[in-house]
Amino acid sequence: MSSAAGRDGWEVVIGLEIHAQLATRSKIFSGSATVYGAAPNSQANLVDLGYPGVLPVLNGEAVRMAVKFGVATGATVAPRSVFARKNYFYPDLPKGYQISQYERPIVEDGSLEILLDDGTRKTIGITRAHLEEDAGKSLHDGPANASGIDLNRAGTPLLEIVSEPDLRSAKEAVAYMKKVHTLVRYLEICDGNMQEGSFRCDANVSVRRLGAAKFGTRCEIKNVNSFRYVEKAINYEIGRQIAVLERGGSITQQTRLYDAAKDETRVMRSKEEANDYRYFPDPDLLPVALDQTFIDAVRATLPELPDEKAARFARSYGLQAYDAGVLTASRELADYYEAVVRGVGGDAAAAKLAANWVMGDWSALLNRDGLDVGAAKVSAGALAGLLRRVVDATISGKIAKEVFESMWAEGVEADAVIAAKGLRQITDAGAIEAAIDAVMAANPQQLADYRAGKDKLFGFFVGQVMKATQGKANPAQLNELLRKKLAP
Amino acid sequence: MTLHTRSVAELAAGLAAKEFSAVELTQHYLARIEAANPALNAFVTITPERALADARKADAARAAGRAGPLTGVPLAHKDIFCTDGIRTSCGSRMLDNFIAPYDATVVERLQAAGTVLLGKTNMDEFAMGSSNETSYYGAVKNPWNLRKVPGGSSGGSAAAVAARLAPVATGTDTGGSIRQPAALVGITGIKPTYGRVSRYGMVAFASSLDQAGILAPSAEDCALLLGAMAGFDPRDSTSVDRPVPDYAAELRLPLKGVRLGLLKEFLERGLEAATGALVQAAIARLQSLGATLVDVSCPSLPLSVPAYYVVAPAECSSNLSRFDGIRFGHRCKEPRDLLDLYRRSRGEGFGAEVKRRIMTGTYVLSAGYYDAYYLKAQKVRSLISAEFKQAFTQADVLVGPTAPTPAFDIGAKVDDPITMYLNDIYTIGANLAGLPAMSVPCGFVDGLPVGLQLIGPHFAESRILAAAHAYQCATDFHRRLPASGT
Repeated sequence: MSSAAGRDGWEVVIGLEIHAQLATRSKIFSGSATVYGAAPNSQANLVDLGYPGVLPVLNGEAVRMAVKFGVATGATVAPRSVFARKNYFYPDLPKGYQISQYERPIVEDGSLEILLDDGTRKTIGITRAHLEEDAGKSLHDGPANASGIDLNRAGTPLLEIVSEPDLRSAKEAVAYMKKVHTLVRYLEICDGNMQEGSFRCDANVSVRRLGAAKFGTRCEIKNVNSFRYVEKAINYEIGRQIAVLERGGSITQQTRLYDAAKDETRVMRSKEEANDYRYFPDPDLLPVALDQTFIDAVRATLPELPDEKAARFARSYGLQAYDAGVLTASRELADYYEAVVRGVGGDAAAAKLAANWVMGDWSALLNRDGLDVGAAKVSAGALAGLLRRVVDATISGKIAKEVFESMWAEGVEADAVIAAKGLRQITDAGAIEAAIDAVMAANPQQLADYRAGKDKLFGFFVGQVMKATQGKANPAQLNELLRKKLAP
Repeated sequence: MTLHTRSVAELAAGLAAKEFSAVELTQHYLARIEAANPALNAFVTITPERALADARKADAARAAGRAGPLTGVPLAHKDIFCTDGIRTSCGSRMLDNFIAPYDATVVERLQAAGTVLLGKTNMDEFAMGSSNETSYYGAVKNPWNLRKVPGGSSGGSAAAVAARLAPVATGTDTGGSIRQPAALVGITGIKPTYGRVSRYGMVAFASSLDQAGILAPSAEDCALLLGAMAGFDPRDSTSVDRPVPDYAAELRLPLKGVRLGLLKEFLERGLEAATGALVQAAIARLQSLGATLVDVSCPSLPLSVPAYYVVAPAECSSNLSRFDGIRFGHRCKEPRDLLDLYRRSRGEGFGAEVKRRIMTGTYVLSAGYYDAYYLKAQKVRSLISAEFKQAFTQADVLVGPTAPTPAFDIGAKVDDPITMYLNDIYTIGANLAGLPAMSVPCGFVDGLPVGLQLIGPHFAESRILAAAHAYQCATDFHRRLPASGT
C-alpha cells in the first residue's frame, strides 16, 4: 500500500505521547543508579524489586526537571500534583503497579511552536506532562521455555509529554518531536538518546473527511524510537486507515506496533482487551506541593531556549529562519557555531561564512563519521583558523575545502596544512601574468577564437592558468588580469 | 516476685539494679515460651540463639556502662515486621519461605535500644482479620480461655504478652488490630498517630491506615517502648518530621481538668450491656480522679465500617499485587505459562479472607465503580476526620469501649465476615482519621477481659498515655493475669 495513496479529501489528526527519560543520577523512587548498560539487575535495590515492606521516596531532582519543562513551555505548573498507582500484572513490573500521575499531573497546558515547510509557524498544544516510573525489561533471548527479567530500568524517571491532537501530518509530527527533543536537551533534563530508549514516543493517529466535525476513531502506535520510524509508521497508518474507510469499513480502536523491517503497523491489542488499570492515589506518597518561590527559582535557571536563540541568530547574524533553526538544533551546535563566528571576526561576513561551513562541509563529515558535536575532528577554533585564511585571501574557498579535509583526517591546524602542501594563494600579479602569458603562448588557436568573439573560451583560459598554478592563483586577481591580457 | 509478672518498667529497673542479667531474663522467657506456646500458638518463629546473643550483648553493654532504659528487655515482633535473616511470614503461606534481607525501621530502632528478640508472633494473614483465625499457622488461643479468640490481627503479640511469654510485643493497627486484641486479652495497647512510627519494613496491608504500635502490660510500658520506636524516617514519605516527646516523663501530666468526651455513637450500636457497664464504670473512675465529662458526637461514625471496608481492601488489592510468584514468596509447581503461574501461585499462597479482600478491593477500584465506592468512602473518611476535629474542640480525650463484646468462641464468626467486621466498629474511626488511640483493661465479664478505649488528637499520645497511666495507678485490672500467665 502506498503511504501517499488516497489522501485527497481526508484530514489527518495526530497526537503524540513522548516519554523522555529524565537525566537524574538516581531513580525516581529509590537511590539506585540509572546508568545505561550495566549488568542485568545490578542497579535494582529492594525498592526497585518491590520487596515486601519497602516504600517509595520521591527524587526531588525529577520534580525540578519536570518543572523546568513546564516553565519552558509556558505551561501551568500544578501547585499540587498527585502520584497514582496504575495496576496491572507483568513480570517486569515488580510491584504489580506503576507509579504515575493520573488525574493531577505536575504540568498542564503548555505549548511549542514548530516551523512548517512553507515557512509559517504553528503552535502545538501540550495537554500535560506527568512524572512516572519506567518498568523493567523482559528478555526472551535466553534458554527455551524461560524468560529473563532485568530490573535495572525499573523505577527510572520518565516525563510523559502529551500533545493535543494538533498535528496534521507525519511531517508535522516529526517536526514537533524534534522540537521537544531539542528542548529537553537544552534544558539538560534528558540526554535524548533514542537508541538507548531515553526518548521515545507513542503516536495516536486518526483520519476524518475534510470538514468533518468529529475526530475519527484513533489507533495508537506504541514505542517508536526514531524520527524516521515515526514518520514512516504514521504514514503507513494513515494509508491503512484511509484504505479501510474508503472500502466502506470502519476503524476499531487499537494499540498497534510498528515493524520497521516490514514498514507496517500490526495490532497489539484492541480496546476490548485493554486493561482496567484501577488507578487510585498512591497512599505511600504525599501529594507534590510546589510554591511559587520554587517555581520561580527553577524558571531563573532556564538557559536561552531554542526559539529565543534562533531568533537572536537570525537577528544578529542575518541568517534565514531555516538556517537559524538548523544551527540551534542543539546547544552544542549553536555554541560551536558562535565560537567559529567569534574566531573569524564576528562580523556579518564572518557569520555568513561560518554558517555555510558549519552547515556544509563540517556537518557532512560529522554525519559521515557519525560523531557528536563534541567529538568533531575539527574544533571551532581550528575551523575559525581556516576561515580566517579564506577571509585574508591566503587561500581560496576551493582550496579551503581541500585543507579542511586534511585537517579532519590528520587533526592539524589550517596554517600547517597550507604551509606543508604549499597551498598559499598566488597574489603576486607578476607571477600570475607570467602564467597567463605562458598559457596564451601555448594556445594560439583558442586565443584567436576568443578574440574573434568566442567569449565562452574565457573559462578555458581560467582553467589552464589554475592548472599551471596548481589552483593557487587568486581567483579574483586572475579574472581581472586575464580579461586585460586577452583583450584584443 | 517472679520475673514475668513484672511490667517492662519493673524489669528494666531490675536489670539496671543488676538484680538479674539480660541472659537470665531471656532464658526465663524462652523457657516460658517453650512450655506454653504449643497450647497458645502465639509464636510462629522462636529465635533462642538470636535472643541469647542479643542478651549477652546487652549484658556486655551494661557492664561497659553503655546501657539505655530498654537494654536487655526481651520482646517479640509481630511477624509483619521484616527481620534481616529471620523469616517474615505475615501469617501467610505466601511468605512461608520468605526471609527478608533487611530490618524494618521499628526492628532496627528497638534493636539499637538494646532489646532482645525472642521471636516473631502469629497474626491474621497479612493482618486481615479480627480473631487471628485467618493465619496460615492456625488460630491463636486466648490465654484467659483457650476456646476463645485473642482478637486480631495482632493476636499472637497480644496472647504472648497476656500469658507473659514476652514482656512486651510490637503490633500493627489498620482498623483496630492492636487495640481490639489488647482488650480481648486484658493488656494495654497503643496505636500512635498515623505517621508517628515509620512503616518502612512493615509488610503493607492498607498503607493509608497501617500504623505500628505496642502491646504491653501497662501504659507506662507503652510509653517506654513508643519513645524508642517513634520518629521521622526518611525512608517513609508518610512519616512525620516532628520531635518525639519524652512519653515516659509526660505520663505524669495531671488528669485533673482533662475533658473526657463520651462519644454518643459508641454507646448506641451493638454494645453488649455488661461490657458497656464496665466502660461506664471506668469513665466514672476517671471522673473521680479529676477528669470532667462532656457528651460529644461524630454523626458519621456509623459509616466508618463500610468506608473502611472499601478503602482498606482497595489499598490491599494493590499492595498485595507484588506477591506474584516471581521474585519471592510462594510459587506454584511447574507453571504452564505466565497466567497459570500467577493464578496458581496466588491461588495457593493466599487464604480465603485475603482473597475476599483482594476481590472486594479490585471491584471498588474498577472503572465505573470507583466513584460510587472508593471516592465516596474517601469522602466519608474526610467527614469523619472533620467531625473528630470538631469533637476535640470540646474534649481532650475521647472515651468509649474498644470492642462491643469480650472475646468470642474460636470458630463462632469465621463464616460470617460481616459480623466479624463489626468487631472493629469502635476502633476503625481512629484509623480513618489517623488519630492516636489506646485500649486499657477495665474489668471482666465472665472471666474475660474488657477494654476501655482512649482516643486523642493528632500527636497527643502523651495525653492518652497519661490518662491511661492515671487510671492504672488507681486500678489493678492490668495487673491481673490469666492462669497461664502466673
